[in-house]
Amino acid sequence: MKQLTDMVVSENIRLSQNYALLKLCVEGDGKQLPDLEPGQFVQVDVPDSKTTYLRRPISVCNVDDQGRLWLLVRDAGQGTHALVNLQPGRKLNVLLPLGHGFSTGFERGAKVLLAGGGVGVAPLLYLGKILAGKGVDVRFLLGARGKNDLLLIDEFKRIGQVYVSTDDGSEGTPGVVTLNPAIVSGEADFICCCGPMPMMKAVAALARKRGIPCEVSLENEMACGLGACLCCVEKTDKGHVCVCTEGPVFNIDRLLW
Amino acid sequence: MVNLSVNIGSLKLKNPVLTASGTFGYGEEFADLVDLESLGGIIVKGTTLEPREGNPYPRMHETPSGMLNAVGLQNKGVDYFIEKIYPRICGLDTEIIVNVSGAKVSDYVAVCEKLAPLEKIHAIEVNISCPNVKQGGMAFGTTCEGAAEVTRAVRDAFPRTLIVKLSPNVTSIADIAVAVESQGADSVSLINTLMGMAVDVERRRPYLSTVTGGLSGPAVRPVAVRMVWQVAKAVRIPVIGLGGISCGRDALEFIMAGATAVQIGTANFVDPSVSARTVAEIREYMERHGVADISELRGIV
Repeated sequence: MKQLTDMVVSENIRLSQNYALLKLCVEGDGKQLPDLEPGQFVQVDVPDSKTTYLRRPISVCNVDDQGRLWLLVRDAGQGTHALVNLQPGRKLNVLLPLGHGFSTGFERGAKVLLAGGGVGVAPLLYLGKILAGKGVDVRFLLGARGKNDLLLIDEFKRIGQVYVSTDDGSEGTPGVVTLNPAIVSGEADFICCCGPMPMMKAVAALARKRGIPCEVSLENEMACGLGACLCCVEKTDKGHVCVCTEGPVFNIDRLLW
Repeated sequence: MVNLSVNIGSLKLKNPVLTASGTFGYGEEFADLVDLESLGGIIVKGTTLEPREGNPYPRMHETPSGMLNAVGLQNKGVDYFIEKIYPRICGLDTEIIVNVSGAKVSDYVAVCEKLAPLEKIHAIEVNISCPNVKQGGMAFGTTCEGAAEVTRAVRDAFPRTLIVKLSPNVTSIADIAVAVESQGADSVSLINTLMGMAVDVERRRPYLSTVTGGLSGPAVRPVAVRMVWQVAKAVRIPVIGLGGISCGRDALEFIMAGATAVQIGTANFVDPSVSARTVAEIREYMERHGVADISELRGIV
């Protein structure tokens, strides 16, 4: 059941110039987050912003042992700029849980490759944690422009094997993620991907070529997050569908890429 | 006890707060978050004779205190509404009003004829003001002749309350309202979105696939209040006001400017519970100011 939840910023960790990790607690004694699926997202009302009006859709990055919701936020405009600058103790209203997440029903020992780039690595942390807990062989393939743009790398290493690609070659394999041996020739029963659109399209093409089933998480611009405004549509086998309610995670077989 | 009930033609609303077409789905999408039966009514998504896929993505862009959209009336068509959606929502204790759109006058008429037998649909809102479709839509709403033509045609096709939704993209919205009234409309609702445009200067192209779109949200509210005030003075039929309402105070602006009822649109995207909260805030205002009946506030400025 979707709910409007008042939350409080517990921690705000600046990961780099453009990225912050917010850890949010549900406000009120004894109140807890509802169950969240990896790949689902939340809509955050933006305090401290002069002209923005709409909520900001942000994927669930993690739910930690203390029941805190982690959100990885990229400073990409006025709304997210206000979010990355929130001070601990600040209250904000969050609409959750929204959308459908990644598949998690794998057999023990299944080899699942989680490929992410930029801020798109966010949902893969929670997904990897859930999958590893089920005995799935989780491997991460993380892409970034350079070494300093790799986000939450230590958190990922705690969960599974991590392969890195950087555009400038400052860490891991040089070039885009689809040149990394982990995805070019590495064993995988399934691929889950979230990142910039060109990366997801390249990963989807490679997955098709290798015959590996693949899911991607889209981040089309949206307003409501509830399937009402019909703004965030993606063309699929069933025509235009809302990314916010039918997705954000789609099997690539449904997409007309 | 304060009285919030209002009448729009023969349509009786328990309170003056409706949700605007295209911003509240079919109500079901918000059922977890709002008591739908606390609302005066729900105006469902624009419905056309045939299913429509709408415009290509991208269809929205946030602008200062508002947003542009270019959805283009994506919907599954009137037959799907009647067969699948109406049975699910017709039992709600609130008014379900269908927003009707078309490319040709005969399309509007055909949709209205299909809706006419649905007993729980006590009113329709005819959209002659959508800025995001190539044919029909706003084309009918920007001339007195076009607006009158559609109104005359649908008046004969639908026997109950007929609301006509007006475009603000005209020189004199009061003249359009008078034309619509003269052809038998029971009410006018205004404003639909204002035509707007935004450019992504880094990529050197418009943000919307259709280049232009409809502007909504608090940014348009003063324009909407002014137009409601002008129209309410020009016609005798009830006026329904909308445009950037986000709370009870905003709704009361429209009522004091002459609106009998109001619609909440874009604000549903920001606070999905805003519609029910607005009802509560209007009631609280009336109690605080000793207003026994909402009609005492109507058109007082």
